[in-house]
Order: sequence, then C-alpha cells, then structure tokens
Amino acid sequence: MTDAPQAAEKPAFQLKSSTVSLMALELAYFDDDSFEAALREKIRQAPGFFKDMPIIVSLDHYEGPTGELDFFKLLGICRRHNIHVVGVRGGNDDQRRLARHAALAILPDSGRQDREPAAPDTAEPEAATPAPAGPAPFRVISQPVRSGQQIVAPDGDLIILAPVQAGAEVLAAGNIHVYGPLRGRALAGVHGLESARVFCQSLEAELVSIAGHYKISEDLQESGWKTAVQVQLRDDLLVVTPLERS
Amino acid sequence: MARIIVVTSGKGGVGKTTTSASISTGLARRGHKTVVIDFDVGLRNLDLIMNCERRVVYDFVNVIQGDASLNQALIRDKRVESLYILPASQTREKEALTKEGVEKILNELSQTFDYIVCDSPAGIEHGAQMALYYADEAIVVTNPEVSSVRDSDRILGILQSKSRRAELGHDPVKEHLLVTRYNPERVERGEMLSVADVEEILAIPLLGVIPESQVVLNASNQGTPVILEDQTDAGQAYDDAVARLLGEEREHRFMTLQKKGFFARMFKG
Repeated sequence: MTDAPQAAEKPAFQLKSSTVSLMALELAYFDDDSFEAALREKIRQAPGFFKDMPIIVSLDHYEGPTGELDFFKLLGICRRHNIHVVGVRGGNDDQRRLARHAALAILPDSGRQDREPAAPDTAEPEAATPAPAGPAPFRVISQPVRSGQQIVAPDGDLIILAPVQAGAEVLAAGNIHVYGPLRGRALAGVHGLESARVFCQSLEAELVSIAGHYKISEDLQESGWKTAVQVQLRDDLLVVTPLERS
Repeated sequence: MARIIVVTSGKGGVGKTTTSASISTGLARRGHKTVVIDFDVGLRNLDLIMNCERRVVYDFVNVIQGDASLNQALIRDKRVESLYILPASQTREKEALTKEGVEKILNELSQTFDYIVCDSPAGIEHGAQMALYYADEAIVVTNPEVSSVRDSDRILGILQSKSRRAELGHDPVKEHLLVTRYNPERVERGEMLSVADVEEILAIPLLGVIPESQVVLNASNQGTPVILEDQTDAGQAYDDAVARLLGEEREHRFMTLQKKGFFARMFKG
C-alpha cells in the first residue's frame, strides 16, 4: 500500500510510474466543527479502516467560499484522527495555491471537461497517483519552521536548512534532515517506512517518530541531547546515535 | 507609498503598545509623517499612552463603517509634529475589522503618510491577523522569557504564511526583533534568557534591546511615549531602535551589567 520506499538508500535510484489507489475525500464545504464531527462519525463506523490512511482531498464538488478553505485546520483535524492528507485534486487556482501553502501535493484533475484538458498526458490514465513533478519527490525548506507550522513531504525526504522550532511539526514519508536544531516534532516514515531516519544537528526535539514508533522529549534526553545525531528504528526501538562516530 | 510596520508579539503585556507609541513618535520626530493605528478594538490603550484619550471622537471602526471620514478620526499629536493617532473603538468587537475595510483605510493613509505603524492586539486571532496582514515590516516584541519567545515564534510563522506578502508570493515581510524588559542583572543570575539566547531561538535580526525600567511605567502612566524621555536608558534605547529601523548603524547598548566602578566610568567617558 505504500508509495514511498523509493526514497534514498543507494546513490542511484529509479523513477517508476506506479499506480496507487487512494481514498478521496469529496469536500462540499469546510467548517471545522462539522468537518470534525462528520469525520469522527465515519471513523466510529469503521475504526480500524481509517487508521493511518493516506487520502486526498477532492475539490471537484466544493461549493463553499474559497476563503473558508483552511487546509491547516483540515490537516490538523485529519492528523488528530490519524488520517494523512497527501494532496489535493481539482479546485480553482486560488484553492490550489492555498493547498500548496499547506504543503499539499497538487494532483491532476479527475478529468471533468470544464477545465482545460490536462496537458499532453502520457500513458498512465490513473489520476490518483501523485505523479512526481520533479526528478525526485523530496522537499527542501530553507526558512525556519516556526511554532504552529507544519511541513509535510508526502512522498519522500524532507530536508530543512534551518531550525525546526518548538511547537512546529515536520513530517515525511522518507527521511528527515534538519541542518539546524530540531526543537519541534519530527515524524519520519509516516506511511510506514521503517528504514526512514531522522538526522539533525542538535537534538532538542519534543518528539521523534519513525513509522509510528516514537520517543518524547523526556526519553530523548538520555542520549545525544543537544548534539548532532541520527535516529533510526532497530527492533521496534528508536536508537539515537551520534553523527560523527557512525 | 507608505511603509506599513506592524508591532506584534503573540503574547500580551510584553510592550507592544509602548513600543508602537515610541517607534511612531521616533519616526515622526525625525521628520517622517507617521500615523499610528490601534488595532486593539475593544481594549484600546494606545490613546492613553499617547495622552490623547480625551480627544477621541471617532475611531477606526467608525471610519471602516463609513460613519466618519479619516480626517475626522485622526488625532494630531500635540508634542510631535507630523504624528497622528487613529484610535481603536472601545465598544465594538474585533470582527468589525474586515480585510477590505482595513485595506481601504491603509490605502488612503498611504497617500499622505510615510509610515503607518499598526499596534497589534495580543493573540493570534482575527484582530492580530488584521494588524499584520498588510505589513511590509514587522517589529516582533519579545520579553526574555520562554513563553514570550515561543509566542513570538508562532507569530513569525503567521507572518510568513498568512500575511498578504506571503499569500501573493511577494518579498517576505521584513522582520525585526525587539527585546523589551531586559534586565542584565537577572540574566546574569540565570533568571532570564539572554539576548543571545532569544536571537538564537528566533533567528531574526535584532532591532534593539529595551532595558527594564521604572521610567517606562512612569511614562505610560503620564501618557508620554518613553522615547521622549531623552535622558533615560529606555528612551535612548528606543531612539537607537528607530535609527536602526531607518537603516542607521548603531551599536547595541544596555545589554550588559553597568558596574559602577572606576574603570567602568573611565571606559564610558
């Protein structure tokens, strides 16, 4: 079910087109309370089904005002319920811009005729695949990630050339590199990639998680605190090792 | 076109209004036509600190709603020429500020003023977002303690994602760090974060450090922007900050403990 494991392991990699079928959340309007209530009700009906599920938000039938589309709130609510929004499909330019601000992937349209026919598309007919636009599905962030902000690399590695502040959250399907202090929360391998790692120049994190196994600040302070480390998963345990000796 | 400067912090009680009053006074004193707007609808304070509360007839919300013209609402400062105050409404709610309304007023003010200083309310809700939305520059007021630094970090995140400049993909809002209520003695005793700590955490350029001082409180109570107290350390620190805001290079002062010894006096001279 995962679409991630092509992330860096050997210097060379292959880009292959793959087809993943994802659940689409057809948004009619967005109001955080009713959204959360509806989501909770759906989850209550099938608790196991939704756990850690990647979904896309489809705006094809969105009727509410664009101004009410708060993706940060939407993502927050989904995350609280362990649902991972990986991207957005459809919508107008403004809505896509909002989605991009919220670090969501923009997926090709589902093929309604009232838009321009998606440019010379190659063979794959499936619209649900987050076809990587560039050569590799990583994200590079050069601004500090501030308290309250959330940065997601839904398909690959996340590389941050600045501090991740307390109260901020960074998530990646692959590895997370922080070339600065990691003071907030870092969640690598969010789709279940157990070989994902977290690298940082100074470990001061509130939480580090790899493929759902996590340690909180209190437990992290035992080794490598405030030094350059990498965190990886070994036998279901998070292991912190200093960077210079590894 | 005026430069729009928001004075913001996230946390309350750190000195936003004191700073807005002094920065705007300082800008006006250097010959720049300046207006300072109180965005704290419902909890207006700026007029008290600027000592013009008895001259408020119309306010910001009246102008937005078209009940008064800007000229009717603007209050001219009695001490400094080319300084004007646009007071907040005490009886309305913050929702009375709309993006369109605020934009219209800022555009109108831009025609005649060089600087527009927006005094933000505390918090990160509607009022604070309205105050920072149109900003070109932001002065982030921070006390040297952990919770204030955390809130400043949060507001920096909002500046980078929810300001107009961010939404339109223009050059980002220029950020300045102003550390207020700084007490070197308590820093030395380990009771306060040092300026270096705050700078390190927030990672934005330092505009100035305002020492903790009784003078600030007295000035507020008397309705005098503390920058006008030229003989005091806090007044001078604000003057330095205004100079740096305008691009002057000035060495940072009041950051270390002043020892009253012979040598200290020698070096100061």
